[in-house]
Amino acid sequence: MSSRARRGVRIAGVLVTALALAACSSTGGAQTQTTAASQPAGGGGTSGTPEFTIAMVTHETPGDTFWDKIKSGANAAAARYNIELKYSNDPQAAAQAQLIQTAVDSKVDGIATTLVTPDALSGAVKAATDAGIPLVGFNSGISEYKELGALMYFGSDETIAGNTVGEKITEAGAKHPLCVIQAEGSVALEARCAGVKDKAPNTENLQVNGADIASVTSTIQAKLAQDPTIDYVVTLGAPIAVAALQSKQQANSSAKVVTFDLNTEAIKAIQDGGIEFAVDQQPYLQGYLSVESLYLYLTNGNDIGGGQAVLTGPSIVDKSNIDAIAKYAANNTR
Amino acid sequence: MSTTTPNRPPATGGAPAGGVPTRVDRPIGQRLLARPELGALIAAVVIFGFFFAIAPSLRSMASISTVLYEASVVGIPAVAVGLLMIGGEFDLSAGVATISTGLFTSMICYQLSLNMWVGTFLSLLLALVIGFVNGYLVVKTQIPSFLITLGTYFILWGVNLGVTKLVTGSVATVNTSDIEGFSSLNTIFAAEIPFFGTTLKITVLWWILFVLIAAWTLQRTRIGNWIFAVGGNPASARAVGVPVDKVKIGLFMGVTVLCWFYGMHRVYGFNGVIQAGEGVGQEFFYIIAVVVGGTLLTGGFGSAFGIAIGCLILAMARLGIVYAGWDPNWFRAFLGVMLLLAVMVNLYVKKVTSSRRLS
Repeated sequence: MSSRARRGVRIAGVLVTALALAACSSTGGAQTQTTAASQPAGGGGTSGTPEFTIAMVTHETPGDTFWDKIKSGANAAAARYNIELKYSNDPQAAAQAQLIQTAVDSKVDGIATTLVTPDALSGAVKAATDAGIPLVGFNSGISEYKELGALMYFGSDETIAGNTVGEKITEAGAKHPLCVIQAEGSVALEARCAGVKDKAPNTENLQVNGADIASVTSTIQAKLAQDPTIDYVVTLGAPIAVAALQSKQQANSSAKVVTFDLNTEAIKAIQDGGIEFAVDQQPYLQGYLSVESLYLYLTNGNDIGGGQAVLTGPSIVDKSNIDAIAKYAANNTR
Repeated sequence: MSTTTPNRPPATGGAPAGGVPTRVDRPIGQRLLARPELGALIAAVVIFGFFFAIAPSLRSMASISTVLYEASVVGIPAVAVGLLMIGGEFDLSAGVATISTGLFTSMICYQLSLNMWVGTFLSLLLALVIGFVNGYLVVKTQIPSFLITLGTYFILWGVNLGVTKLVTGSVATVNTSDIEGFSSLNTIFAAEIPFFGTTLKITVLWWILFVLIAAWTLQRTRIGNWIFAVGGNPASARAVGVPVDKVKIGLFMGVTVLCWFYGMHRVYGFNGVIQAGEGVGQEFFYIIAVVVGGTLLTGGFGSAFGIAIGCLILAMARLGIVYAGWDPNWFRAFLGVMLLLAVMVNLYVKKVTSSRRLS
C-alpha cells in the first residue's frame, strides 16, 4: 500500500469513528434496554475444581437459536453442580458418532447426546455403555433410547407434539392446514407434520429453503395464493413462523399461524395475536435435565422418569400464559 | 480462446471478443447461437408456458409479483457473481457474505445504539473490504479463486456464528426496527409498490436497475471489454495493456457490494432479525442462475440479460412447483437437470462459434 493510500485509510478510519460517535440513535438499541441478552437462570455456581466432566454431543446445525437454549440449560446445570461441560456438535450422523466415541476415549464421567439417527449412533452409544460411562439421550430418539442402552431420556415426542397441534387446530375449526418444513430430509420435522396430519387429515406439507428467509416468505406466499382454502399455517420453528406472518399479510390470506418452538419475535407475535399458539418442547429443560440427571445418577444412583422417558413437551404457549413466559424467553431460557 | 484479441470491443454483448472480421456474412442461425441468453430464453419461455398452463394460481398479478420477488433476491447477488464469472473467476463466499453484512449492520446498530444509516454505511465498507481481500488474494497468489473463496466462505461462516454468539449471547440478532433510520432505509431496501392491483417488492426494481447497469457496462464501456478480455485470455489481455488485476479485484468487490445490498434487504425487510447460520448454500443458487443464463464457467462469455433470465428460471421453477401443488422436494433435482442441460448447450455453442472462427 502506498503511503498516500495508507494516509487515506487512516483518515477514513478517523472520519468513520467521528461519524459513528455523532450518529447514535436516540431510539432502540442495547443501551436503551435494561435486561442483558443472556443471563443463564438458576445458575448458582460453585467454585473449585470440577467434580465431574460431562460431554454433551448434539446434531446442532450451527447458527440456529433453538440450540442456544439447550446449551443455556446445560450450562446452568453444569454451573450449579460444579461440572465441567464439554459441548460438541455435528449435524452429520457419522461425525456425531465420532464425537461420542471421542468422549468415550477421553473417559468423561457421563455423556448426554441427542439420538436423532439412532441406527447410526448405536455403535458409539454401545461403546460408551461398554466402557461403563452412563449415557442419557435427549431431544430426539424417544422410541429408540432404551434399546440403544441409554439410561434416561428427556425430550418431546414429535408425534405427540404434532398430534397436539392437529387436535387443537381441528377443535378451532381448521379445514385445510399447511405444514411448513424448513429442512429437507429431517425425520423429526417430518414426524411433526405427520403428527398434525393424524388429527387433521387435510394437512398438506410444504418444503421451504430455511437458509434464506426471503425465499421462505415468497414460497409460503405462493402456496397461500395457490390454495386460498388454507386456513392454518403450521410452522416448525419460530423464525419460520415470523416469516409466515409476512407471507400471509402479502398474500392477503386470513390463515392463522401456529408454530413449534419459541423465540423473542414469536413471543411478541403471540402477545399481539399474530401467532395463535406455540408448542414448546422446552429446550432449556432438555439441556438442564440431561446434565442434572447424570449428576444425580453419578452421586445418588437416581433414575429420573423411573424407567420411562421424561417428556419436556408439548407445552402450549398462548395468550393466556405468554406474559409469564416472556420474561424467561428474554433471558434465553425458555 | 487463444485467437481472441481482447482489446477490441465485441460487436455484440456476449460474443467471444473480436477476431471475426466477416461477421455480417455469418448465417442468422449462427449469429443467434452466439448470443449467450438464447438457450436460457427458450427454457424460460417453455417453463413459464408450462407452469402457466398447469398451475391456474400462477395466472394472477399477485403470483407474478411473488415470482419476480423470488427472482430478485437471487438475482441481485447473481448479477455481480455473473460478471465475476465472465471475468473468469468464481466466488463461493457470496452466500454467507450476504448474511455477514446483515448481521454486522443489525448488531453494530443495536449494541452501540447507532443510527441505522451509519451501520448500513459501515457494513458497505465491510463488504468492500471482504471483496477486496478475495480479489487481492486471488490476483497476488494466483491460487484458483475456487480455493481462495472456499477459504473465505468458511471464515465468514465461522465468524458469522462466533461473533454473533459473542456479541448477542445468542446466535441471532435482535429486532432493530425501533432504531432511528430504520423506516427510511426500509423504504429503500424493502418498500412495497402498488402494481396492477397488487404490490411489488422494491427489490425487483433494484434488480432490474442492476441488470441494466451490468448490461450497459458489458456492452458499451471499456470496462466491459476488459471483463470479457480477462475472462477470455488474461495473458494476452495483460499484454495489450488491460489492468487485469484491478479488473478482477473490482469484480470481487462488485460481488460483495451486491451481497451487501441483499443483506440490507434481509435486515430492513425482516425487522433486523437474522439467524447467524443463514445464507449457507445460497452461493450455489447464484452460480446455477449464472450458468443456466448462458455464462461460460471458463470465463469470457455471457451476458447480464442471460443471468437475469437464469434467475427467473430458478424462481419460476421453485414457485411454479408450489403453484402447481407438487412436492417441492423435487426442486433441487430440477435445478441439477437445468444446470447440466445449460452446461451442455453452452459447450455446444462454444464449439460452433469457435470452429466458425477458425475456418
